[in-house]
Amino acid sequence: MQIRYAVFTPILCRTQRFNCAINNTRLQMLFTQTVPGAIYLLATVSPRLDRYITLVKAYKMSMELDVFVGNTTIMDMEVYQLWLDGLTVSDAVKVRMDEGALLECEANPEVLTSDTMDQFRTFQMCERLLHSPTKLGSQLLYQIPAQNQIILIERYYEFDSVFAREVLGKKLSKGTKKDLDDISCKTGITLKSCRRQFDNFKRVFKVVEELKGPLVENIQRHFLLSDTLARDYAAIVFFANSRFETGKRKLQYLSFQDFAFCAGQLISYWTIGAMDSMMEDMDVDLEKEFLNELKDLKVLVNDKDMMDQHKILVCAALRGKIKVYKLMEVNFKFIEPCRYDRWTVAEITLFLTHYTNAAHCLGTFRHQMIWDRYMGVIKSCILQMYHE
Amino acid sequence: MPGKLKAKIVAGRHLPVMDRASDLTDAFVEVKFGNTTFKTDVYPKSLNPQWNSEWFKFEVDDEDLQDEPLQITVLDHDTYSANDAIGKVYIDIDPLLSSEAATVISGWFPIYDTIHGIRGEINVLVKVDLFNDLNRFRQSSCGVKFFCTTSIPRCYRAALVHGFVEELVVNEDPEYQWIDRIRTPRASNEARQRLISLMSGELQRKIGLKVLEMGGNAVVGYLQCFDLEGESGLVVRAIGTACTLDKLIPGTASNTITHTNTAPASNACNSPSKEIKEPVFSEDPTHPLSVPPTPLRTLPSSSSSPPPFSPSKPCSRQSSSSDTDLSLTPKMGMGSGISVGKEAGPLKTLLRQQAQSALEQREFPFFTLTCFPPGFLVHIGGVVSARSVKLLDRIHNPDEPETRDAWWEEIRQEIKSHAKALGCHAVVGYSESTTICEEVCILSASGTAAMLNPRFMREGCLDAGGSDQRLSRQPPLGMVGSERAEGEVSSSWLGFDDASPPSCGFCHIPYDEFNMPFPAQLTYCYHCRRQKVPDVLFTTIDLPAEAAVTGKGCLIQARLCRTKKKAQGEVNATAISNLLPFMEYELHTQLMNKLKLRCMNALFGLRIQISVGENMLLGLASATGVYLSALPAPGGIQIAGKTPSDLSYDQHISTMQKRINDTIVMNKEFYNIHPPECIEEVVGSPIPDRQRSRLFRSTSESSDELSELDLSHGKKDAFVLEIDDTDAVEDIQSLLTDAPMPAGFYSCNTEVMPGIYNWTSGLQMFTSVRVYRLNNANLTNQGLNKIFTDLCENLLKSLYFKLRSMIPCCLCHLNFTVAVPEEELIQVAVTAVAMSFDKETQLAADKALNKGSGENEEQLQFSMELCGESTSSNNQPTAKPSGLPESAMTHSSSRDRCSTWLELLRLKAHTIRRGSVKTSRRTQSLANSVSSSERCSPLPEVRSRSLRSTRSLPCGAPVTVVKMTPLSFLPRTRIVKYLGIINMFFIRETTSLREEGGVSGFLHSFIAEVFAMVRAHVAALGGNAVVSYSMKECVFMENPNKNQAQCLINVSGDAVIFVRESDQEAIPPLITSGQTSTTGADGTT
Repeated sequence: MQIRYAVFTPILCRTQRFNCAINNTRLQMLFTQTVPGAIYLLATVSPRLDRYITLVKAYKMSMELDVFVGNTTIMDMEVYQLWLDGLTVSDAVKVRMDEGALLECEANPEVLTSDTMDQFRTFQMCERLLHSPTKLGSQLLYQIPAQNQIILIERYYEFDSVFAREVLGKKLSKGTKKDLDDISCKTGITLKSCRRQFDNFKRVFKVVEELKGPLVENIQRHFLLSDTLARDYAAIVFFANSRFETGKRKLQYLSFQDFAFCAGQLISYWTIGAMDSMMEDMDVDLEKEFLNELKDLKVLVNDKDMMDQHKILVCAALRGKIKVYKLMEVNFKFIEPCRYDRWTVAEITLFLTHYTNAAHCLGTFRHQMIWDRYMGVIKSCILQMYHE
Repeated sequence: MPGKLKAKIVAGRHLPVMDRASDLTDAFVEVKFGNTTFKTDVYPKSLNPQWNSEWFKFEVDDEDLQDEPLQITVLDHDTYSANDAIGKVYIDIDPLLSSEAATVISGWFPIYDTIHGIRGEINVLVKVDLFNDLNRFRQSSCGVKFFCTTSIPRCYRAALVHGFVEELVVNEDPEYQWIDRIRTPRASNEARQRLISLMSGELQRKIGLKVLEMGGNAVVGYLQCFDLEGESGLVVRAIGTACTLDKLIPGTASNTITHTNTAPASNACNSPSKEIKEPVFSEDPTHPLSVPPTPLRTLPSSSSSPPPFSPSKPCSRQSSSSDTDLSLTPKMGMGSGISVGKEAGPLKTLLRQQAQSALEQREFPFFTLTCFPPGFLVHIGGVVSARSVKLLDRIHNPDEPETRDAWWEEIRQEIKSHAKALGCHAVVGYSESTTICEEVCILSASGTAAMLNPRFMREGCLDAGGSDQRLSRQPPLGMVGSERAEGEVSSSWLGFDDASPPSCGFCHIPYDEFNMPFPAQLTYCYHCRRQKVPDVLFTTIDLPAEAAVTGKGCLIQARLCRTKKKAQGEVNATAISNLLPFMEYELHTQLMNKLKLRCMNALFGLRIQISVGENMLLGLASATGVYLSALPAPGGIQIAGKTPSDLSYDQHISTMQKRINDTIVMNKEFYNIHPPECIEEVVGSPIPDRQRSRLFRSTSESSDELSELDLSHGKKDAFVLEIDDTDAVEDIQSLLTDAPMPAGFYSCNTEVMPGIYNWTSGLQMFTSVRVYRLNNANLTNQGLNKIFTDLCENLLKSLYFKLRSMIPCCLCHLNFTVAVPEEELIQVAVTAVAMSFDKETQLAADKALNKGSGENEEQLQFSMELCGESTSSNNQPTAKPSGLPESAMTHSSSRDRCSTWLELLRLKAHTIRRGSVKTSRRTQSLANSVSSSERCSPLPEVRSRSLRSTRSLPCGAPVTVVKMTPLSFLPRTRIVKYLGIINMFFIRETTSLREEGGVSGFLHSFIAEVFAMVRAHVAALGGNAVVSYSMKECVFMENPNKNQAQCLINVSGDAVIFVRESDQEAIPPLITSGQTSTTGADGTT
C-alpha cells in the first residue's frame, strides 16, 4: 500500500506538520484512488483559505505489509458499521475523518488508513464465521468477548428496511441477486451491502425453510439474533415462501414494517403452528385447512342476501358515529377507498369492530370461529396498513 | 520401560468439506508417537465426527517422551485414491512429565495444516504414567521444570540459584536437503516443524541433564532460539539459569516462608553436592536475621571473605571438547570437591587473579534473570556486550556442534572479562542473539555486570524476592500499597535491616574509584550519601523493586540505519565488522541524548538489536528510562556551534538550544520528575578524566577505544552536542522529532512502568508486524535513518490509536524486533501488552503529572514547529564527516571480532548535585489502596447501539478465555500453578497469496492462528493464561510474482492457572482438576 500526500498549502510541506495543522485548522481531506493500491490523500486547507498549492510529497518507502493482531480481537464497532455499509477503505477513512477520528490520540491520515484497513481485514476474516453464528462461540481462532460476539452477529444480520421492502416477496434466487444493482441504485445502499443483506435473507431462509417448530425461535436458535430482528427475519422468510405480491403499485406506499407486522399476524394466527403448538409443525406455510375454510367465508360476499344483511347490520351499528360511510369491498381492497375518503384511524377501528361483530348477528352465518380468526388478523393488518 | 503414554481421540468439529459431492467428510485420525502409529475408525459423512476411540497406549522411554511430540493427523478417507490429510496437531507432552505441572491434557485443539491453516478442531485426551527410573546413567531429565519467566516464578521459592546453563544442537535443515526438490511443500514444512520440535525436546532434555548434574530441579529464564542458517544447517540453542525451586504451599502467608526453609527433597536426591550443602540447610532457620548485615560495604573494597557464586557447579572442565559431549556423560560427584575449594577463595583476590585462571575456568557466572529480590543485587556496574561476526560454513557432523559452541564460548568469555573490568563478578539479565544474512552471522551477547550477594547462591533466600516482587508490583487489596513498608519487611527477613538502604545499594559503583574502567562523573549517592554513584546507569535488567524512582519512566529508542556495499564472504564480514562499532557508538549517543532530553538518569531493560541485510545494517536500541532518585540529576544538553560563526548561525543555534531546553522542562512536567533542588558540588574522581582512562587502558585492552572516545569539553556543566558534525545534526533531529505520547498513554519495555501501580485487570496482548519497501535504491545514511525513525514512530502512533479505548494505559514490554528479510525490505515486529490502570487513583496520586499531560497540546505544537527547524538545520554546512575519533575507526581491524565496547557512558560534563532526596513515589503507592474497582473490559465500549440483551451465548461449552502477556504476572491476579513451558514452532505457506488477502491477510490470519493454537494448548493443560509470552522468531518471505508466501513463527511462554485476587479466598488453595474453564475467565483478554 502506497500512501502519497498531496498537501495543498504553502505552510505544510512535511507530513509531521500535517497532523498539527489538522488540529488547528481542520483540514478537509479528499481521497482519490487512481492507481490500485495507492491512495492519494489530497488535503485542502479550510475553504476559507481556498488556495491550492501543489506540493506532492511522495514517500520514499511504501508499506508492504501491516498487521495488528490482538489476543483479544479488537473491533471498533463504528468501523464495523462502515464495513457493513459496504464502504471502501478510503471512503471509510474519509467518513471517520469527518467524524473527527483524527482528533483522537493524535492520529494522522496514515494511522487512520492503517487502522481502517486492519479492521476491515479482521471483519472480512470473521465474516465466514458470521455465516453460521453458532460457530462464532465455539471457534478458537478469534478470542472475542461474549458481548462483542452478540453485537457482531446482530449488526451483521441487521438490514435496511428500504432494501428489505424491495426484495420482499421476490424469490431469493440468483435471478433476484442479479437485480441487486438496480436496487442498489434505487435505494442508495452500496451494492456490497445489498449483497450481504440479500445473502443473509437467503441463508436464513435456507436454514429455516425446512425446520419444524416456531419460526422465530428457529431463527433465534440458529442465528442468535435478538427477538425483534428474528421476527423481522421471520417475516422475510414468510413472504419469500408464500410470495405475496408486495410489489403491486397500490401497495408501494407500504413500508417493510407494515408488511412485517402483517406477516407476524399471519404467522401467529393463520399458520399450522399457530393453532396447535404441540404439533410438529411449520410456521412457514399457511394452514391449508384454514385456507379451505376461508372459502366458506366467501358466502358473505357471494351470497347477496347475506351481504346485504351484513351491510345493514354494520350500517346500523355505525350510524351517527361516522360522518361518511360508503359501500365498499371487503378484503385488501378495503384500504384504498378509506384513504380516499380520509377516514381517521379511530373510525376505521370502529368500522372494523362492528363489521366483525355484525357477522355474528347473522343468523345464517355458520363459520363464527373461522370468521373471528380471519377478521382478527385482517383487522390488525388493515389498521397497520392504513396510513399515508 | 519407564513410561506409558495414553491418548484418546474423542471428537472433531467444524471439519472442512473434503468431499465436494456430498459436502461432507469421512474423517479418521492417526495417532503417532515415535515409530508407533494407531488409527481410529473412519467416521463417515460428518463434519462433526464422534470417534470416541479407545485409549491408544505407547510404551516408551522417558528420553523419547521428552524429545518427541505426540503427533495427531486427521485424514479424509478415500476409497479409491490416497487419503487426503486434513491437518495435524502436535502435542508437547513435556508438561505431563513433571509431577507439579499438568496431570492431563484434554481439550479442543485446532487442526493445523501448513498450507491451509486451521481446519476444524479435534478433542483429545492425553495422559502419561511414569515409572520410577533408578538408572543413574539415564539420558533423560524428566521432572526438571522449565520457565520462560525471568524471575523466580510466583508460586515458588528459590532454595538455591546454581547458575548458567546452555546447550545447542544442530541439524541439517530439511528445507535444504536434496529430497526437498521432489517432495511437496506440505511435506517439507511438516518435516521442518517436526525436526524443530524434536530438536527443542532434545535440547530441553540435555539442559535438564545439566541442571540435574548441578543439583538443581528447574531452569528459570529459559531462552531458546533458532538460527536458520540456510544451507549450513539449523541450530537450536538455549540458555537459562539453573535453580533449585521449592513449591510454596498456597495459602501460607509469605512471611512464614523463611522459617519453613528446609532442604528441598528433590534437591537431595539429585545433587552430588548434597553433603556440602547439608550444614547450610540445617542451620537455625532464623539465621538470616543473625547473619551480619551483608558485605554491602565491605565487599567491594576489602579482600576478605565473600565466597564466589554457584558453589555447586562443576566448574573446572579441563576438557576442550564440546559441551554436548560432556553433558552426555554424567559426572557424578565432580562438583562437590571444587565447590569446597571455591568457598574458601577470597573474592577480590580471585577477581584480580582471574586473568590466568579464566582460561581454564569454563564457568560463566551469568544469570538470565532480570528480576531479583531486594538485596540480591549488591551493585550494578553497567551493560556489557560483545558481538562477533562469523562466516557460516556447513555443519558437517550434527553430533559435534563444536564450531558453534566455540563461537559462543568466545563471546561469553569476553562478556565475563568485561564484567571483571567493571569490578563485577557476575552478569545478570544476560541474553544472546544472532542475526544472519546469507553466510554472515553476527553473534551478540549482552548483560549487566553486577555484584551479587553470594548468600543467595548458597541458601534459600530468594523466596522473599519471588513473592515480594509480585506484591510490590501490584499491591493487593488487602495490603495497603506502601512499598516502603513491604520493602522493609522483606529486608528484615533477609537480615538486611541495618545494611545500607537497599533502595540505593545497587546504584553504588562496584569498581575502584581510582581505577575506573571508563570516564565517569562520580558523586555521593543522593540517597545514603555514603557511597559513590555514577551519573548515569545503563542496565539490561528490570528496575529492582526496591529502587526509588522519581516520576514516571518511558520508552526510549535509538534507531539507526547504515548502508553497506553488497559483498560476499570475507569481504562482507569485514565490512560489517568495521561498521558495528560506529553503530553501537551512535546508538549510545542517541540513547544518551534522549535520556537527557527526558531529564532521566538511568536505562533499564536495554536491548540493542543489530540486524544485517544485504546492503544495510539496522540498529535498534530500546530501553526504559527512569529517574533514579539515588543518582544525580542529569545536566541539560548544550549545543555548541562551529567556530567561528556568523550571526544568523548563532541565532539558529540559540533557538535550537532554547527549544531543547523547553522540551526538557516540558518532559519534566510530563513524566512528573521533580527532584528537590540541592546544592551543587562536584565530587568527581581526584584524577582527571584522561589520566583515569589511561590508567585503565593498561588493564583491559578490549576497551581501548573508550578511553579515546573522550569528547571532553572544557565545560563540565552540560552534555555538549557539537552540531558541526553531521552525526550530531542527525542526533538533534532524531531527538526532536520523536513524537510525544498521546495523553493517557505511557510506554516501557520493562515488566512494569515505574510510577504506575494501580493496574486494573484489563489487558490486551498484541503482535504487530510491518514490512516496508524502500523504493529508492540510492539512499543516503541520513535518508535511511529518517525513514527508519518514521517507521518506528508511525508504528507506535498506530499502536496508540488502536488501543485508545484502554486509556489510561501503559504499553509494557514493548519489544521491537527488526529484520532485513530482503534487499530494500525492512521488517519491524512488536509484541507487547497494553495494561490499563486506574485513572482515579492515579490522579489522586500525582496531580502534578496530570498537569503535565494537560499541557500536552502545547507540547505537540511545539515539536511540530521543531520539525521545520530541524529541516533547515539539515542544510547547515558540516565540518567533520564523522563524530568518531580516529582511534575508534582504526580499531576494529580483526575480521571476526568486532569490537566490544563496555557499554558505558561517556558523558563528559555534568551538573553534579548533591543533597538529600526524598522520593515522591511513596505518595503514589499509598494512593493505590484507595480504589479497588476493576475495569473489566479493555475493549471499546459499544458507543452507538448497545444491545443489553440477555440472550444466551452460542451453543456448546464456552471456549476458555486464555489471557496472554509478555510479562511474568497478570495484574490483580495470583498465579496458583505453573503448568509447563509452551514452546511452539509453526510454518505456514501459501500458493494463493492474493486469494488470502495479500501478504497482510496471510500474515494476519497466521498470527491469529498461532495465538489460537497457543490458547488451545494452554486450555487443554487446564490453564487460563500464558505469562512471559514472546514471539522469538517471525521470518516472513514472499514472492508476489508467484503468488506465494511463507512464514515461520516461534513462540514461547509459561502456561499458568491464575485466580483473581478478589476471588483468592473463595477458591480452594490447590487447584487440581485439569479443566478450570471458568476460573478467572472474565472475558477480557
